[in-house]
Amino acid sequence: MSNTLMENPIAAQSAWPAWFTAEQATALAEYEKSPTPTRKNEPWRFANLKPLDLSAFVEAKPVASEGRLINASAGLAETSAKLVLGNNTLLHRESSLPEGVIFETLETAATKHTDLFKKYFMSQPVELGSLKYAALHKARLTGGAFLFVPANTSVELPIEIFQWVEGANASVFPHTLIVCGENSSVTVVDYFKSADKLPAFACGVNDLHLAAGAKLTYVSVQDWSHETTAFHLNSTSVDRNATCTALIANFGGGFVRGESLSRLIGEGSRSEMFSINPVEGTREIDQRTLQDHVAPHATSDLLYLNALDDKSRTIFAGLIKVEPGAKGTDAYQKVKNLILSDDADPNSMPGLEILNDEVRCSHGATNGPVSDEELFYMQARGIKRDAGRRLIVNGFFNSLLERIENENLRTHLEQLLAKRLAIA
Amino acid sequence: METKPDLNIDRSVGDFHYDVDYEFDAGIGLSEKTIDYICDVKKDPDWIREFRKEALRKFNSMPMPTNWASHDLDNIVFENIRYYLSQGTQPKRSWDDVPEDVKRTFERLGIPEQERKFLAGVEAQFDSEAAYSNIKAAVGEQGVIFVGSTEGLHKHPEIFKKWFGKVIPTGDNKFSALNSAVFSGGSFIYIPPGVKVKHPLQAYFRINAENFGQFERTLIIADEGSEVMYMEGCTAPKFETSTLHSAVVELVALKGAKIQYITVQNWSANVFNLVTKRGLAHEEAEIKWIDCNIGSRLTMKYPGVIMKGRKARGEVISIALAGDGQHQDTGAKMVHAADETTSNIVSKSISLGSGRSTYRGLVQIGRHLKGCKNNTECDALLINTESRTDTYPAITVRGKENACQHEASVSKISAEQIFYMQQRGISKAAAMSLAVNGFVNDLVQQFPMEYSVELKRLIDLEMEGSVG
Repeated sequence: MSNTLMENPIAAQSAWPAWFTAEQATALAEYEKSPTPTRKNEPWRFANLKPLDLSAFVEAKPVASEGRLINASAGLAETSAKLVLGNNTLLHRESSLPEGVIFETLETAATKHTDLFKKYFMSQPVELGSLKYAALHKARLTGGAFLFVPANTSVELPIEIFQWVEGANASVFPHTLIVCGENSSVTVVDYFKSADKLPAFACGVNDLHLAAGAKLTYVSVQDWSHETTAFHLNSTSVDRNATCTALIANFGGGFVRGESLSRLIGEGSRSEMFSINPVEGTREIDQRTLQDHVAPHATSDLLYLNALDDKSRTIFAGLIKVEPGAKGTDAYQKVKNLILSDDADPNSMPGLEILNDEVRCSHGATNGPVSDEELFYMQARGIKRDAGRRLIVNGFFNSLLERIENENLRTHLEQLLAKRLAIA
Repeated sequence: METKPDLNIDRSVGDFHYDVDYEFDAGIGLSEKTIDYICDVKKDPDWIREFRKEALRKFNSMPMPTNWASHDLDNIVFENIRYYLSQGTQPKRSWDDVPEDVKRTFERLGIPEQERKFLAGVEAQFDSEAAYSNIKAAVGEQGVIFVGSTEGLHKHPEIFKKWFGKVIPTGDNKFSALNSAVFSGGSFIYIPPGVKVKHPLQAYFRINAENFGQFERTLIIADEGSEVMYMEGCTAPKFETSTLHSAVVELVALKGAKIQYITVQNWSANVFNLVTKRGLAHEEAEIKWIDCNIGSRLTMKYPGVIMKGRKARGEVISIALAGDGQHQDTGAKMVHAADETTSNIVSKSISLGSGRSTYRGLVQIGRHLKGCKNNTECDALLINTESRTDTYPAITVRGKENACQHEASVSKISAEQIFYMQQRGISKAAAMSLAVNGFVNDLVQQFPMEYSVELKRLIDLEMEGSVG
């Protein structure tokens, strides 16, 4: 990589402007006064509320194993830029991005590109239940990644962001803000990783903004330790003829609450929302989604796949909302649960709210086991039952990864998945 | 499709009101006094009096379910409702005993003479007491009990007490608690073991007093290996202020028994229709709800089946038509609690004008169960730009030897279809009506013949004026 830049992580600290720290004080008050959710709140139906007791978690210390984490921040073979953050602080940055592209820490963006920051930072509504935790995120935010791709600019190679947590009960507040100008295109892979196997708390926000004609592929590879409690609040806003493909791979986390809002605000816009969730042990993935069709002739396509083993638990609560003016909407939503154990607990709530008659809309939810015939077929060919089962799970998730256009990225994700399922 | 529909539907079919001399009238509002009054008039045993009072306490302590349900519920003024009103007469045994004015009411509704002969028995609820009750000799000879709920309670306490309130506990929801406090009317049916009732048992329920809530309570027990079909049809007079209808229907199908419960609901457009319906299916038993909702201002009704015995089966077939200003919030609940239980839900809804139809579903398959299956299909048809439809299913299917699938789609009538029919000389309105009838045709065919004819007529009526 040419044009590599190193920044002093210490200098990046406490770089927030005063107006922002004032807003943080307000956010903290908001967090403290909002009630903890109960299952009576529709967005928390079926939810496990025990993980909402955050009293065990503490402020993260500066990372101890900086060099190791930077070395371990290896993803794709070829990238155009990389940002590594550990315990909310910048550890490493490298970039060979085209001119005009801004790829900075969030606090630098707040200072140097104040107008852009103010326009897009947490500007989307939080509608899926976690207002309280969005306030906590804002109050405690110290670092994050900011990407701005100007109009008519194509970033050929993917950009990678690594956000690490280290230490027992450490709290991190990852933030990724991506703004794509008109007719720009870019691919971003966001990794969330633990330096150890200890319990931790992550409360992150990812916001994606696509102007007219922009094209963004965003992949979140969530690989926290299995002792981690995590909130990931994602939002996407897609303008005229823009296309966003967002994939969330939940490989880690003990309790993960994910909220994904996609607003189709321009005619002809398209939003693809994908997720793959291999869960085992007592892990729990609680996902709430909203496909909000504001503009006419837009398309949204959601496909979430869960494979549940042991005593794991998933919740999928999705809603397609077609606003009165959104004629010519095409909206799809599907959740598939592959059940690998009698004790697994999948919950699906695929919802529709349609306020316009000119729509094509469908949703579906299926639950089913691995078929004995498939296993028998493999056993007959010398593949052991357990290995056969993992191959089936791999195939189940691969059917979704096929929808990622970028071949290098797709191959990379297939490898990560195979590693995660202990096949490779 | 931009034209706002002019829904000046001729509701004369159910739009009548005769003065009735209310001998027994509990007055307006709800308190312990109202309960005592009802108990005194109905000569309720002490355990029912206590049951009602306990239910009233639950009703008062429970919040409105507006955290998920329509806020239109807040428009119900419980203090303005009349909770008990009776003719003060015992259910009639023969047609000659039925009062003249009540007979006139039936004639306006056009229950044909042949139909009366065809049907095994007509339990016609006029206000809160059954005004007319006639069971064909044949059914009686088989040992079938088909009486009003009060009579069932007094004459068959051993069967009644065993199952009453067991399928739907008092505190199941706010409105089942309300019904448990003030219930009157409804049917009590017992089918002895092995008896297959050939003719459907039918009851008409009506509301006929301003601000009058109707709280009928129906309990059907089909003993081992028996079969019965029950039909409930509703038409209501139109009034200027809102009325409340809140029924509780409990079905018990013992081993190998089959119950089909058919409802055609056509309350007038000012009625809140908040109904709890649930069946308990024992081993190899089958419970099927066929539910059609056309009338009311707001209907909330999710018929359910708890499959507690091996190989039990539950089914809900639902048709909803939401016209201008109406909200049909309907659905189904399937709780699988034994191995090899199967359930099927098919729901079709049509929204016209500013009408809103909502499907809410619950499917639960417990862990360590084997061979359970659920299939759910929901299709919604939207007729006008401002029509609305929602789907809110909740599916919890545990156990790796169980399977479930849920599918839903939303569509509008295709312009090509209408154009094709217009080319052949069919008017646009008639073409729309044909298309809607085609959409629900496969479900309508599951209704008994006279109901499916009536249903098609009702759909045509509702479709009138919905296209410009």
